[in-house]
Amino acid sequence: MQQPALFEYVLRIADDSLILGQRLGEWCGHGPILEEDIAMTNIALDLIGQSISLYDFAAELEGTGKNHDQLAYLRYENEYKNILLVEQPNGDFAMTILRQFFFDAFRLPFYEALMQSPVAQLAAVAAKSVKETRYHLKHTSEWVIRMGDGTDESHQRAQSAIDHLWRYTNELFYENEVDQTLQAEGKVPALSAIRTQWLSTVTNVLSEATLQIPTNDWKFDGGREGRHSEHMGYILSDLQYMQRAYPNMEW
Amino acid sequence: MVSAADIRSYLEEVSDPEIPVLTITDLGVVQQIYFQDQTWFVELTPTYSGCPAMQQIEADILSKLKEKGIENAQVKHVLSPAWTTDWISEEGRQKLRLYGIAPPVNEPDKSALFSEPPRVACPKCNSKDTRMVSLFGSTACKAHYQCNACQEPFDYFKCLK
Repeated sequence: MQQPALFEYVLRIADDSLILGQRLGEWCGHGPILEEDIAMTNIALDLIGQSISLYDFAAELEGTGKNHDQLAYLRYENEYKNILLVEQPNGDFAMTILRQFFFDAFRLPFYEALMQSPVAQLAAVAAKSVKETRYHLKHTSEWVIRMGDGTDESHQRAQSAIDHLWRYTNELFYENEVDQTLQAEGKVPALSAIRTQWLSTVTNVLSEATLQIPTNDWKFDGGREGRHSEHMGYILSDLQYMQRAYPNMEW
Repeated sequence: MVSAADIRSYLEEVSDPEIPVLTITDLGVVQQIYFQDQTWFVELTPTYSGCPAMQQIEADILSKLKEKGIENAQVKHVLSPAWTTDWISEEGRQKLRLYGIAPPVNEPDKSALFSEPPRVACPKCNSKDTRMVSLFGSTACKAHYQCNACQEPFDYFKCLK
């Protein structure tokens, strides 16, 4: 492989999108109201669509003639490089929305910065996806405020979701030698600058929603290195079922 | 031999599978058309990353060209420049309205997180007294609205810039 660091980097973005898209898809037919059922599956569709473009590019970099389906469906758990946040269970509606909000608040400035990348395929995916992500963030921010500043019950559920998910947010900014290599080559943005923007969005929306940022800074990571939480295996057994049971099947 | 302009005119007969009153040229998803290595290439850009209609559109393009006697054609998916609703033709906007879908209106500041939803005229009674029911509608590209004047629920083709 010619550019192993870039391959790894593209897989991370693709895997974050695919796994979160798969999680959101679990709401299909189970949403609290029809509009939200549709909204969550629409967002899932955008994320999975973005992952297809990214897997195509990753396959091209890998150069072994694989296609996007093979990368999405035929890897082992430790070969997925998504962060732990996106694989956390849907929980109640508050948990799903808060997970999505923390992710969207990161993805928007991340894609905005990635649009400047000299790697044409990354810049193109970012320019396409940034428009979709704006709608996602708008939608989740409004829900965070509606729940936080809503009834006692909705406020308490939103706050519990934040308290639970906060430990996974630090990993959005995880960097290792992959990032160092690509940042030195000027190909990808530094995540420290994006963290500032993320924190500003999160602080503004949570304060509008009368919700608190936890003071406990206990944090988890490992996803970027392929070490996942106990939930990942269950996701993959659903996601990969058809390809494992009926290899190379198509419809 | 046919020209790129001929091919483009053939593609004016291919309709969008989700919104059959619109052709794919009205929608602005057909980019460059060129001949290279004995093959006609048609560049296609998705409206949304996950638009499930793209595969159907690709198959429809190839079968239309085949019907016109062009066997050696390929559809190439391109992401850049990213599609925008500005590329929907004036005729396409008119067709959308007649079909009952409100066409995209210019939303000045899309970057604002908490901007008011855009003022969209009801495609049935033309009243501007409408409200957004949900930012996400029957497909990725639409939002769900309702008219306060005539009560008609309708789809709004979201502005994407």
